[in-house]
Amino acid sequence: MPVLRLLRRVLARLGGAVFVLWAVASVTFFAVRLIPGDPAQAVLGGPGSQASPEALGAVNAEYGFDQPVIVQYFAQLGRLATGDLGRSYALNQDVGSLMLSQLGGTLLLAVLALALAWLLALALATWSTQSGRIASRVGSALEIVAAALPHFWLATSLIVVFSIWLGVLPPISTGGALGLVLPVLTLAIPLAGFLGQIMRESLLRALESPFVLSARARGESESGVRWIHALRHASLPAISLSGWAFGSLISGAVVVETIFARPGLGRTLLNAVTLRDVPVVIGVVMIVAVAYILMTLLTDAVSRLVDPRLRLS
Amino acid sequence: MSDLEVQVGLAAQAGQPDRAAQSGRRRRFGVAETAAAVLALFLLASAVVPQLLAPGDPLGIDPLSAFQPPSGAHGFGTDESGRDIYTRVVHGTQYSLLIGAAATAIGLGLGIVLGTLAGMLGRVVDFTVNRVLEVLFAFPGLLLALLFILIFGPGVATATIAVGLSTAPGYARIIRAQLISVRSAAFVEAATVLGRTRWQILLRHILPNTLAPLFVLATLGIGQAIVWAATLSYLGLGAEPPTAEWGAMLSAGRTYITSAWWMSFFPGLFIVLTAVTATVLGRSIDRRMRHA
Amino acid sequence: MSEADTSAARRNGDTSRSERAAALSVRNLRVGFGAAAPVVRGVSFDIAPGECLAIVGESGSGKSVTARSLLGLAGANARVSADRLELGGHSVLGLTEPAWQARRGKDVGLVLQDALVSLDPLRPIGREIADSLRLHTGLGASARAERVLELLDAVGLPDPELQVQKLSGQLSGGERQRALIAAAIALSPPLLIADEPTTALDVTVQAQILALLEQITGAGTAVLLISHDLAVVSRIAHRVAVLHDGVLVETGRTERVLGWPEQEQTRRMVAAIPADKPRGTRLSEADTPNIPDTAIDSVRKTPADNTIVLEAIGLSKSFRHPDGTRQLAVDTVSFALPRGSTLGIVGESGSGKTTTARLLLALLTPEHGEVRVFGQPWSTAREKTRRALRPGVGAIYQDALGSFDPRWSVAEILSDALSLGRQRRTPQTTARLATLLDEVGLAATVLLRRPLELSGGQRQRVGIARALAGKPQILICDEPVSSLDVTVQAQVLDLLDDVQRERGLSLVFISHDLGVVAHVSDQIAVMRAGRIVELGPALRVFAEPQHPYSAQLLAAVPRLSA
Repeated sequence: MPVLRLLRRVLARLGGAVFVLWAVASVTFFAVRLIPGDPAQAVLGGPGSQASPEALGAVNAEYGFDQPVIVQYFAQLGRLATGDLGRSYALNQDVGSLMLSQLGGTLLLAVLALALAWLLALALATWSTQSGRIASRVGSALEIVAAALPHFWLATSLIVVFSIWLGVLPPISTGGALGLVLPVLTLAIPLAGFLGQIMRESLLRALESPFVLSARARGESESGVRWIHALRHASLPAISLSGWAFGSLISGAVVVETIFARPGLGRTLLNAVTLRDVPVVIGVVMIVAVAYILMTLLTDAVSRLVDPRLRLS
Repeated sequence: MSDLEVQVGLAAQAGQPDRAAQSGRRRRFGVAETAAAVLALFLLASAVVPQLLAPGDPLGIDPLSAFQPPSGAHGFGTDESGRDIYTRVVHGTQYSLLIGAAATAIGLGLGIVLGTLAGMLGRVVDFTVNRVLEVLFAFPGLLLALLFILIFGPGVATATIAVGLSTAPGYARIIRAQLISVRSAAFVEAATVLGRTRWQILLRHILPNTLAPLFVLATLGIGQAIVWAATLSYLGLGAEPPTAEWGAMLSAGRTYITSAWWMSFFPGLFIVLTAVTATVLGRSIDRRMRHA
Repeated sequence: MSEADTSAARRNGDTSRSERAAALSVRNLRVGFGAAAPVVRGVSFDIAPGECLAIVGESGSGKSVTARSLLGLAGANARVSADRLELGGHSVLGLTEPAWQARRGKDVGLVLQDALVSLDPLRPIGREIADSLRLHTGLGASARAERVLELLDAVGLPDPELQVQKLSGQLSGGERQRALIAAAIALSPPLLIADEPTTALDVTVQAQILALLEQITGAGTAVLLISHDLAVVSRIAHRVAVLHDGVLVETGRTERVLGWPEQEQTRRMVAAIPADKPRGTRLSEADTPNIPDTAIDSVRKTPADNTIVLEAIGLSKSFRHPDGTRQLAVDTVSFALPRGSTLGIVGESGSGKTTTARLLLALLTPEHGEVRVFGQPWSTAREKTRRALRPGVGAIYQDALGSFDPRWSVAEILSDALSLGRQRRTPQTTARLATLLDEVGLAATVLLRRPLELSGGQRQRVGIARALAGKPQILICDEPVSSLDVTVQAQVLDLLDDVQRERGLSLVFISHDLGVVAHVSDQIAVMRAGRIVELGPALRVFAEPQHPYSAQLLAAVPRLSA
């Protein structure tokens, strides 16, 4: 029964996703209990704020800090289930709407960077596998160095070269498309280093495989061999890396958004960590967890699209 | 999937036997490996005896020679207080390597515990550990480290532990996979047929074959840990200026980026060189271990 | 005209082959890679239309490189030279890559080993087959699809409409190989090169694929068959060329080469074929002198007393599929092994042979039934009790390399097996290691090497040495020679025969190759789908099989037709 099996698969996937989200919410809930000091104090601006006992009491009542932990926990889960992420301590703003306003910028950055990284990796892999031994060495060296570049150093170096010396691109994002160039490059280059290494190796392996020999023996041309057979195989391991790539882009976004002064989840998260704005941190963590799960599902779907063998079992 | 798993996967595929045979196995020590070995020696020397390579004082200020670009006197230039960047970078090596090593030790230690539990103690433990890892992977990249710093506050110690913690799930998964593949290997069965006890098999075959790749893991991981720790310092959550830690130096240089690019460039260059060295050496060791 | 010639002519129905233009003509072909010495050193041969020439050689002889050079596919770093290289009367020496592309698939087709990896696993087989048509003809998509169906029908794939949409992974080994052949003959090229087309296939399927190739030859196509197995190609090849170390040492009509081999290498390969050779005949020309058959017979007869050393009683074992269904891998298997004799278990892939081996070694516990060793409980005993008996039961594995700890040297492996302590080096240890190595025909120089550095034959000898170290009385051999070249296989089989005779061992010998099993066994058990369908004395099963499946297996066994 294919329909039944599909249903079972979807349910299993859904169950897994709900479990991960519940666990992430629980881990963060209990982790923030470990923060030393009075949470009400934190709401009122930290220990330095000299809040009055009355004010503290009011906050305790408003946020439910006077309730037993287990009650707070279920209240929190209930709120999360309805999509209520609470209010920011520092910004006195609804976390949900804050996330919504910040999500777009990060998403745009991540999608553009992922696309560019794929393009760069693909170009490097194809070039270095068909232009002889030296090209292969150079390609490999470029990829290893690119993969080792820390985002913050790459970003500053790009700013120095393109904004300060050449003066062609803005050092901070001012909104326009031009302001996106350096942040996207910063995120894409290291990722392309990783993806490129994987693609080159799997491309080489595919080109040496018997089915490519069979195709050549049928009279297939070099470009036909690549486009019809080898690149499809070479893209598979890189596709399955996209879940990881997403995580690396999120980490990168924290740095890149800070350096280029771009609005986004990354910068919001860093500010919230510095200010110990617990609801915002939890909000970002939940959003990222949801995005991570969606990304995994998407990766899976794309893999199935490219590799029909996965659709069989 | 974690950074580490990606690194290890890349090392493994770069060390494929057919590949190695094709590129000529007689070339036992290539250009890249030689360069990496020389760099590694230099970095180790900087960490152990920095005075030998840079006799100056990394914290000694000299306001008269502030913001000097690279020159004969100051190879890497000077910073806002006239401190010599080269001296600071060399002296900073010990911080960065130490933080990287400590974070790797924490991550690897936790990874060994979790991975071994999952791989050895039967299905229930394996299932549980796997679910825990799955949840931890939903905190991708820096997220786990940032959450840890949120709770315990910024600083060198917390940043180190944070990096260690966030790399642990990757180590755990690799060790678990390695353990499971070794445990079901044909040579383990052959030892059973020879009449060896479970303990003998565990000690003679399973543990040595599981732990042998750990050196490679640690080498590949330390480069990554150094980059992450420097990132946290750069974001103001780890080591703080004027400590001569590379990330902190870059963070300080950020203010003067328009006028003194060398303040950011050289510390970062050392981070990159360290990370590349770790990658190249890790892969080289891996290849040697596979085809020794 | 000699008898052999007449029979070949009869089979071919064409006596004037040499008069017509050769489909392929090769003179003094040399191929080398980089700066290394050439791997093909002056190969010359012709193939006429409708003729099947087999180039036979062991691994490393240069046979695949030869085949690829004929298609201009030896590789970018290959140096190919020849005095003449003509496809259908046209020289293809120094052809440019685009010119080669125009010829490949149209003038010459290639069939490789194991279609699971030789057809793109991500594309439906229909697309793969249609590719040749797309590249060389102006046919539209629907015309191509129609032609693909005809081709699949021609190579004997049932229900072509259903199969075209399938991936190679969804087909059985034989079906895949047929699809691969269909892709190669899509444009009816005058020459078809088949490189190990039946290796890794079960014998019955192998026979079908050979029949298909014979049919293609019959239709007038010249077929160049490349193989490591003389017996396999002898079924359909008109002529055989033996390639050794890059040189064709002997070429001639199949009957002549197999019946009256002139060269040393050919003689060795012919002698190594186990099928139809009585139990105890030597297959290899090893350093030990040939013992007269009578002597062997007398030795053979002595140890067969009636003590049962190993007994399987109604063994059953099933496995759970990922989708939850259970499959019976071994189904009520029973047999008894008398001391000093050999029980051969033969069956095709998936018949439950290896599961049986693992049950006998108590690596698996049967769900029903019992294994008894030396009359004592074995499968029902606890591992602790069983351990005391373990030294009496040795094992030899197909994948010798995988059965050794990759970190250990040969010395460590063997001294561990001798329970001498792995690292200790005393004169006494060294002496015992030397004795053991001597018994399996290895020099002491291998001691410091790791198994990875040894050849396949050497590895299997180390495996046998390890199994013998505990002074076992029973040896369970699971496909011990399957991944070896024929002549190496012959040496290992002879070695097993020697140690069995000297030590009075009882053997369970598991193999997919009925020829090998018949050669080594006193009794044969034929397995199919987990059951023993026939069990009896080797000579009787081989001469007059009772079960239809045994007969089918027997008919498919490659043997020398001469």
